[in-house]
Amino acid sequence: MCAGEMKIEKIRVALTGNPNVGKTTLFNVITGSRQHVGNWPGVTVEKKSGFKQYKGYEIEVVDLPGTYSLTAYSLDEIVARDFIVDERPDVVVQIVDATNIERNLYLTTQLMELGSKMIIALNMYDLAEERGDKLHVTKMEKILSMPVVLTIASKNIGMSELLDTVITEKQKVKHHGREIGYGDEIESRIIEIEKVLSQDKDLTSRYPLRWLAVRLLDGDENILRKIAGSSVATQIKTILTSLDIEEYEAMMADKRYEVISAVFPQMCERCMTRMTTSDMVDRVMTNKYLGIPIFLALMWAAFELTFSFATPFMTIVERIFVWLGEISAAYIRPEWLASLVGEGIIGGVGSVFSFIPNIFILFFLLSMLEDSGYLARAAFIVDRVMYKIGLQGKSFIPMLLGFGCNVPAIMATRSIEDRMDRMATIMVVPFISCGARLPIYILFAGTFFSENAGTVIFCIYLLGILVAVGSAKLLRTTALKGHPAPFILELPPYRIPNLNTSIRHMWDNGSMYIQKAGTIILGGSVVIWLLAALPWGVEYGSEQTFIGLLGHAIQPLMEPLGFDWKLSVSLLFGFVAKEIVVASMGVLYGVGDDQIALTDSLLADPHLSQLTALSLMVFSLLYMPCIAAVGIIKKETGSWKWTAFSVAYGLAVAWLLAFAVFHGGKMFI
Amino acid sequence: MVENTLNNLQPGEKARIVKVLAKGTVRRKLMDMGLVPGSEIEVIRTAPLGDPIEFRIKGYSLSIRKQEAVNIVVDTVA
Repeated sequence: MCAGEMKIEKIRVALTGNPNVGKTTLFNVITGSRQHVGNWPGVTVEKKSGFKQYKGYEIEVVDLPGTYSLTAYSLDEIVARDFIVDERPDVVVQIVDATNIERNLYLTTQLMELGSKMIIALNMYDLAEERGDKLHVTKMEKILSMPVVLTIASKNIGMSELLDTVITEKQKVKHHGREIGYGDEIESRIIEIEKVLSQDKDLTSRYPLRWLAVRLLDGDENILRKIAGSSVATQIKTILTSLDIEEYEAMMADKRYEVISAVFPQMCERCMTRMTTSDMVDRVMTNKYLGIPIFLALMWAAFELTFSFATPFMTIVERIFVWLGEISAAYIRPEWLASLVGEGIIGGVGSVFSFIPNIFILFFLLSMLEDSGYLARAAFIVDRVMYKIGLQGKSFIPMLLGFGCNVPAIMATRSIEDRMDRMATIMVVPFISCGARLPIYILFAGTFFSENAGTVIFCIYLLGILVAVGSAKLLRTTALKGHPAPFILELPPYRIPNLNTSIRHMWDNGSMYIQKAGTIILGGSVVIWLLAALPWGVEYGSEQTFIGLLGHAIQPLMEPLGFDWKLSVSLLFGFVAKEIVVASMGVLYGVGDDQIALTDSLLADPHLSQLTALSLMVFSLLYMPCIAAVGIIKKETGSWKWTAFSVAYGLAVAWLLAFAVFHGGKMFI
Repeated sequence: MVENTLNNLQPGEKARIVKVLAKGTVRRKLMDMGLVPGSEIEVIRTAPLGDPIEFRIKGYSLSIRKQEAVNIVVDTVA
């Protein structure tokens, strides 16, 4: 028989586990480059799956979101358990941190109830053994009734054993039958509910009934909705309302931990808490006096690396695209096509790619910070301040990065689990003054406030921070109202970050940015090009083009801020990228790239004054983020509504504050 | 044995959890993280700015804000 005729058997494996147990590393090691990154249908939770050919099998590995539990109070938990229950993967592998077995087993007790074949990968067992723990694997297998495989994913140890076990498990007809016993009182309720549920044949064929019963007693609203259409729904509701569900919830969680503490000592000897190297590191890193200086130093370093280090690379990328633009201008005919290709398309693609160095470095660093365990400490250190303004500890890094560029900053909000906190952070980041706005301040502050230019620019930055803080407060009491999410955060042990994982993380996020945000940015750039080039026969970007006409059209709206049509048009161009504002003023004043000539023309313009300059700077700081930021806001929020809100809110705030500055200032002069 | 709430303990103090008074999602999340009656808990430190607090429970480090810690009743071993 030749190979082509062989039927390759497929096995689908789901990877689960708590956060910080090395799940991503294990996933990367097994699947290598054969990965697909996307979103779970209908939600913004990232879905990763990959393939591995192994001993004649095609193994598909699906990386489920890391969760501590499956009680379905977060999107991550719902996604993870729905996949196991609805898609029925052949084998579920839970990755357990060998240095923290007790808490990890809590998830195991819930996974067991889902009725799938299970394997435990006891990861990082070297670290456990190093500190003197004695792991009893055979005992563990017996107690849990499932295979346990020792692994060290970061060193590629135990992977073939794990895959072999996956194949053997898949072959088995019967799998483990171990479940948590909840004690007589609860068990009798479980049986009662199971009996009622079994009358519905559809439910019986789709879900393990015991699991449904346990979840219902646990007060799980998501499951209540799942059975809402069933013929037995009312009967179930009657039973549930007669019980004190909160009491049951607590009893069941208790019971799970009780069972775990009863069996845990048999699985692992001397696995108690001791002072470890990690604790000693923490004595310094989160020290009362040293904690904050170290935090600031690390943040400064991360910021510098992301932006300063990326600058030469950005320049190279930009030069390549400028060069491509020149080539198209020289060789493409007719001229309008050359302009479309050169300024519209190549310019647009160029602006997408010029962020690549930033984004790659940022995600590399974030991954290192997260894997090392410091990211959680950073949130711990700064939470108090951030909580005061309606956000939380994890909002700090995105806001800091915003000073460099809002695009990677908005992408960095992904580490914030709570959706409300994340939305609020995304909405306020655009007010943080990014690097692209600085040339506008330099031009106007330098021209009109020569001696006090520095102070003026500082005040503009400060205003951005204040507006961001105020907006966070405002959003938290209106559109994103509700109890702030509790801050319940694990501080994982410090570990040496895995280079491969960081590189993979960088690559995945970088390519995701190009695909998702890139299309929106490119589309927007082409639209702006059309507006600046049409109608036929007028000079690109001049007063006679559509964008020039648009500038005139919005002129009445901008008049109260002290802006003439030239400023209005320039601000329209700023939508592509804020650094273009200065360049387009050069065009409109007919001085091109000559900065000194531009300064002179601005000073000579009777329409402009110190107040107009201030008003313009305030407006530039706050008005809608550039196309790239809008693209990334759409991508990260997954909602056009929030994207539109962000743009509209920014414009409104910018207009109001510029108005206040312009007219308030008049009173003093 | 003295009954107290978790926010009042000093770094280095150990206690046993008696009750979790929080409601709804917060309660659920706290229980998921191992804050169930009977669990032993030790205060490690407070953050440099005074909040949140870091605890050791079930062999790992967990941080929660004082406002959540208020709702956790503990027995301190005097």
